[in-house]
Amino acid sequence: MFGFFSSNLITVVDGIAFGVLLFTIALGLSLVFGVMDVLSLAHGSLYLIGSYIAVSVSTAFTPTLGFFVLALVLAVALGSLAGAGLSFLTRPLASRGHLDQALLTLGVAFVVGDLLAQQYGREVRTVAPPSPFDGSVSVFGSTYPTYRLVIIAVGLALAIAAYLVIERTKMGALVQATVADAQMVRALGVNTGRLMTGVFAVGAALAAFGGVLGAPILNAAPGLDNRVLILGLVVVVIGGLGSVAGAFVGALVIGQVQTLGVSLAPSYAAFLTFGAMALVLLLRPAGILGKGRLA
Amino acid sequence: MTSDLGTSSRTDQAARPDTGPARGRAGRAPRLVLAAALLLALVAVPFVVPSDAANLLSRILAFALLAVSLDLLVGVGGMPSLGHAAPFGVGAYVAGITAKELTALAPVQLVAAAVAGAVFSALVGWLIVRVRGTYFLMLTLAVAELARTAADQWDQVTGGSNGLVGIPAIQVVPGGGPLLLAGFRYWYVLAVAALGFGLIVAISRSAFGRSLRGIRDNEDRMASLGYSTFRVKFTAFVLAGAFAGAAGSLWTVQSRFVSPADLGFNVSAMALLAVVIGGRGRLWGAILGAALVIFIRDEVGAQLGGRGPLLLGITFIAVVYLLPRGFAGLRLHRPGRKDPA
Repeated sequence: MFGFFSSNLITVVDGIAFGVLLFTIALGLSLVFGVMDVLSLAHGSLYLIGSYIAVSVSTAFTPTLGFFVLALVLAVALGSLAGAGLSFLTRPLASRGHLDQALLTLGVAFVVGDLLAQQYGREVRTVAPPSPFDGSVSVFGSTYPTYRLVIIAVGLALAIAAYLVIERTKMGALVQATVADAQMVRALGVNTGRLMTGVFAVGAALAAFGGVLGAPILNAAPGLDNRVLILGLVVVVIGGLGSVAGAFVGALVIGQVQTLGVSLAPSYAAFLTFGAMALVLLLRPAGILGKGRLA
Repeated sequence: MTSDLGTSSRTDQAARPDTGPARGRAGRAPRLVLAAALLLALVAVPFVVPSDAANLLSRILAFALLAVSLDLLVGVGGMPSLGHAAPFGVGAYVAGITAKELTALAPVQLVAAAVAGAVFSALVGWLIVRVRGTYFLMLTLAVAELARTAADQWDQVTGGSNGLVGIPAIQVVPGGGPLLLAGFRYWYVLAVAALGFGLIVAISRSAFGRSLRGIRDNEDRMASLGYSTFRVKFTAFVLAGAFAGAAGSLWTVQSRFVSPADLGFNVSAMALLAVVIGGRGRLWGAILGAALVIFIRDEVGAQLGGRGPLLLGITFIAVVYLLPRGFAGLRLHRPGRKDPA
């Protein structure tokens, strides 16, 4: 038993780092979905925009921490603008049902994907980790890249911050109330339109932030947008709607399935991911920590 | 039908209900004549066009069968699937593997592909059909993408990311020669696709299709009337999967190559775009939509140096805003029309 842990510890830590990145996407998806009932298929594109911002900044400047922070700031700014824009684009379609809004974001995802591929080419672009964190450290006797530990730390901080905002502030209470019953919140005199734009902007900024953060380990390439989008959706299904803790737990589970699963049973990773999702749907249809309904 | 395409005025019938007074039998006759004339024209096509165009038309017909089967799910059943490429791709792989390992007989491949599409849809649909709305979109998308990953990784069977190559040309009758000419392949694809369209229209007009539409419009009410809504939706899901699998086998007939991309998100999205362009629930519209989507991707996109995705994206955005009910919606301003499908 102990042998298993010591030989797979690195993979497990990798899985946590990957899970934390998935969390940045899944939280935005889950909130936008919970608050506006919109399935944003452009969310993977927002992540990829973040990754390409990291590419641009790291090719233009030396990869120091300062410039990496600059990339993060740029990504958050651009991401929240894009999110607000998406919210204005989808709002007029609200009366037409889920499919039209999803199709609109899908169209945006196609356009953004093509423009990014034109700008940055079809090959994989790598990003070096920022300079104080580009070495490796010793973890329980094995060497491990420092930057992945930084990702885990930043992700944990994000998760705690998001949890505190949603659970402990008035704004968070409003968001939760809107997830539960948007009409009632509107009847109480709250400007839900502004709230929805805000949530969409924050969700998009989170995805773009995750894109910069993840660029040194996942790189940037066409197609990555779909991959993170799909895994983000699986995380939302597993974790439950509109729940920060659910998105976090779901992201950690899928992170492990995608890394430990791939390392232990390479040919079955896709089946394992589907299996995990099916299992949760059968046992707890609303997600591990979900309060939402399935309809 | 072509006259509608020339109508440039923007119409907005998003809020207009589907119900109008029923059309009499007299109104249906011109429609049948039109369909027969169209079919005749399609049969005559290989005599007048070069083989490239016949291949393009074969692809369009195969994709149109996929789009119409998706419309059975989306438009008639109210189940918006973002993963309909999965049974399509499963059918394509099974048809390709049957062709390589078992027989070049196309009808055998067709049946195998349809059965495979149905079995796949039954396995995943048993879970997926239980959820509604956005959750349904998410689950179908996730399942199809996982199926694509599986096709990519299972390379002993699928050839992995290189795809399934070396699929022989089909035979239609035992002992007959392989169909090497584009025109003959096109006729086979046309015959099967026409049969498929006919079957889907018949399903949509049957009592089963009516209860499916009832569930689309008000599931709770149908449930309280005593329908097993799960059973009806599940059957529709499996049927749509079977037709998608058959469409996959038609696709293989023309391309003689299958790759994981055939199960991919882009194919699902294009099929959905075809349905939306044609107008949800208007099965004939989906054929028109499929023709437009394949034409944009393969012909216009190739002319612009592979900018197909950009054009498709712009088409998506434009259709959602400008044509909420697709091309079929453009003629709705004529009063007193009934849902023809």
